[in-house]
Formats: sequence, structure tokens, C-alpha cells
Amino acid sequence: MRPPSPSIPEKEFTYGALKQNIRLDGRIPLEMRSPTITFGPELGWVECALGKTRVIAYVEGKMVKPTPERPFEGIITIHSEISPMASSEYETGRPSEEEVTITRMLDKAIKRSDAVDKESLCISAGQRVWHIRLTVHFLTDGGNMLDCACLAGIIALRHFRRPEVEVIGEDEVIHSPLERAPVPLAIHHSPYCFTFAFFPDSETSPVLDPSQLEQRLSAGLMSIALNAQKEICVLQKLGGVPQDTDEILRLVKVAVAQAKDLSDLVDAKLREDWEWRRSKVEVI
Amino acid sequence: MGSRIEILNEAGFRSDGRRQHELRDLNIDLSRHGEADGSALISHGLTQVLVSVHGPREAKMRSHTFHDRANINVEVTVASFSTGERRKRLRGDKRILEFAATIKATFEPVIRTSLYPRSQIDIYIQVLQQDGGTLQTCINGTTLALINAGIPMTDFVCAISGGVHSTSPMLDLTTLEENDIPHVTVAVMPKAKKVVLVTMETRLHVDRFEEILNLARDAGSILHREMKEAVLNRSISLVSTAGPAQLREKGEDDMNVDY
Repeated sequence: MRPPSPSIPEKEFTYGALKQNIRLDGRIPLEMRSPTITFGPELGWVECALGKTRVIAYVEGKMVKPTPERPFEGIITIHSEISPMASSEYETGRPSEEEVTITRMLDKAIKRSDAVDKESLCISAGQRVWHIRLTVHFLTDGGNMLDCACLAGIIALRHFRRPEVEVIGEDEVIHSPLERAPVPLAIHHSPYCFTFAFFPDSETSPVLDPSQLEQRLSAGLMSIALNAQKEICVLQKLGGVPQDTDEILRLVKVAVAQAKDLSDLVDAKLREDWEWRRSKVEVI
Repeated sequence: MGSRIEILNEAGFRSDGRRQHELRDLNIDLSRHGEADGSALISHGLTQVLVSVHGPREAKMRSHTFHDRANINVEVTVASFSTGERRKRLRGDKRILEFAATIKATFEPVIRTSLYPRSQIDIYIQVLQQDGGTLQTCINGTTLALINAGIPMTDFVCAISGGVHSTSPMLDLTTLEENDIPHVTVAVMPKAKKVVLVTMETRLHVDRFEEILNLARDAGSILHREMKEAVLNRSISLVSTAGPAQLREKGEDDMNVDY
């Protein structure tokens, strides 16, 4: 059963506030909640939080036989299912419209934009390739789960290290991490996703990174996935309030600036974690 | 396979002989189809889609009704023979579900749903042939089918795809071109000059995107002209078939009335 939609006073209050460029959590309209990134003990395990939204992404790799159509390429799969754990709004079983959007968008932003080099995942052509599996768990829905999931996913892929494999004649030797340093995945670029919410009243300016209430009251979303090199990987405004092209281009520029900041933050976090791990190794 | 085909040759012609900004042949057939309240058979070049609209009518499921507006239900079926490779797509396929959700969200702000509370408008889309620009054809077809069914809308929705080959933008891509170059689909409301839908799934630099977005917006108004003409022609043909009947009722003496 769906929880009741926001009450009329709640709705009017939020719309009224947004019209004056005030958001309930004190942000300005085009401000993102700053992400909290926590790495787990394993490589490729990351928890990412945007305000109350929390997502865990986990990467694992195994060796499989490649598909006959693409014998030189590794396989990447993304698993994401919104369970009722995130919010009582979601049910198991038939995927909701929102879930379909999130899954497809993750697929497009991370897999189809070729963020990970697939050919480097090949061990021996037609025989053995790496199958990289990215699992995304949605823990809490505090609005804008897509951006959080995309961020967690890309960080997890960059954090992951796979054991080195050597091919000697017919045999494949897997070196344990103690023997040889595990190797990172070859990442071409890191796309980050940004979601803007539009409201029914045309005078209300759009907001970046909507909270759950804002998302429910919005009349259309626009998601842009782009990297720090100013390349748009996915841009998706599926219906919703009609907008001017100038407005869309303005938001794209906002996203470009945000992507740069976010990319710096992620780089710093990954470096910090790596330094910490290195110091741990020395102690042992 | 794709890389061996020249997308744009030195003389400025594309693989099918069109110029950069040239659109494919647009064919619209608005004649009545079966039991539907409105239907449209539309083809952009070799991409062909049949859209039928039923309603506004009573919703089959009570849970799908809203007290203040009509519910829009979109169902898309892709014929297994529509592409070069024969492939059966199941109805539960995520890609098709997303496709239907996209079309629903595109038309929700355009259809005056508040005029039909507690009812449902069903849009059934049948993709018959695919040669690039499936989404644009579906959207244009849906606009025409809705108009044909007499459902009030605030504006037309005209969709067009565009792409960029190195630095030169082009419009209305075929499958060959779609496979090779980054492409965008844009749906515009020509009268309000606003954009309802933008989707892009391939990597493209921000500056190039701006160029193609503006170009696609202008191309939308060209499509609008064609679509409007098709609607007008359909109305004229309906009036002319209804004409003589009314004439006979009035009597033989005013035969010279100019219709």
C-alpha cells in the first residue's frame, strides 16, 4: 500500500517556500547535499550518503567464458533492486516506474557510456574474461536515489581491485593479493549524475538534488550524467513541465560546474583511503 | 561494420543521399483504424509506427482512476520483424517499459487531463518498422492519434532526432547513423517554443550539445507544419464526405452552396 501523498498544508508550505527560493533543509536551489563516502574493509565496497539517502555499492569479479559475439570483451552487469527497506513505498516483485528509470539510467551512465574498459577485462580471447558485477543496495530513500546510486557505483568501480591473472600456455594462474598487488579496473572516465526537479508553478526555479518531499511534489525531473571533461554521457528529461532550451542549457552548465567539484572530492577521498590502506600494510 | 560506412562524405551528403539538415520523407495516414477512437499510421523514412488511442473511457481497474484528472495508459509493442535481426521482445522488457513511461510522461503535461476526471485514455503503440528515430516517430504518431481522437491538448508535440558527426550536426538519423554517432531526441511544443523531452544516451561534449539542441528545436517547427497539414487534410476529407448528405437534407434548390 502506498503511503499517503503529502498533505495539502505540507504541499502549500513547500511550494510557497520554494517560490521564495527557500528549501526546507536550508539549501539554495542549485545546491547539492554534500556526499558522505565511507569505504568498507573490502576493496570495491562503498557506502554513499546524500543527506538521508543511503546507498551501498559492491563490486565483485569472477572469471567466466565470454559470449560468442564478443570474445574479446569482459562482462559488466549492474544489479539494482529497490527493496521495501528503502521506503515503504516500494514493493518487491513488479518493478515500479521509478525503479525502471533508475536501473536504466545506471545502465546507461555506467555501462553504455563505456566508463570501464571492457577489452582490458579479457584474460584469454574466447576462453576466459572477467565478469564484473556491480550490486547496488538502496538502504534509505531520502530523495534523489539515482544520483546517490550512480556516485556509489562509480566510486566502487574505481575502488575495486582484481587479482592479477597470468596466462602461461594453456593455464591461468591467479596470483593472490599477498603475492602480487591486485590491479585496478581500467576506467576511461567517471560520469556523475545530477538530477534537477521542476515544479508545476513556472515561476519556481528548478532545484538540484531534490529531497524526498521535493521529488514527490515535483512535476518532472531532468537527469544529466557527465564527467569532469565536460562530456555529457546521458541527458534525460522525460516529459514533465515543458522548459525553454535556454533553461536546459543553463542547468547543463550548472551540472558541468558541479561535476568538476564532485570529481575533485571523489579523487581526494579515494586517495585518502588508499593512503590509509598503505599505512596499514606497513604496520603489519 | 559501422565504421566502414561514410556518415558524411566530402560533398556533404549522407549515406542515404540526404544533406545534413534534410529530414526523411514523412508519411501520415490518419484514416480510421478498427475500433480505435483515433489512430495514426506514421512513417519517417523506413521507420513506421501505428498508434491507436482509445478513450477517454472508464478505467478497467478502479485503482487506476484519479478523482481530478484522466489517467494515461501507454502500451508499446515492438514487432519482432521490425528490425534487421528478428528478435522477440517480451512485454516486461525494461527497455520497453521505459519507452512507454517516457511517452506517458511526455504527453501528461500536454493533454488536458483535468477535463476528464475518473477516466482513462489508452494509447497503444505498435512499432512496425525500425530504421532509427523510433522514439521520435512514436511521439509524433501519438500526437496525431490524440488529435484524431479529438482529445484536447494545449499544443502539438513534435519530436526529432539529431546527431553530431565530428563537428557537423545532422537531423533525423537512420539506424546506421544512430549506431555510429552521438544522438539526441528532442520533443518540442512548437507554439510555446518549449522543450518537453530531451534524451541523449551517448557521450557528447557540452558545446556540441547546445548546437544540436537549438537545431532540433527549429526542426520541430518544420515537422509541426507537416503534421498540421495532415490533420487539416483529414478534416477536409471528412467534411467533404459528410457534405453531400447534409446538402440533400436541405433540399435540391440550394445546390450551389459553396463548401
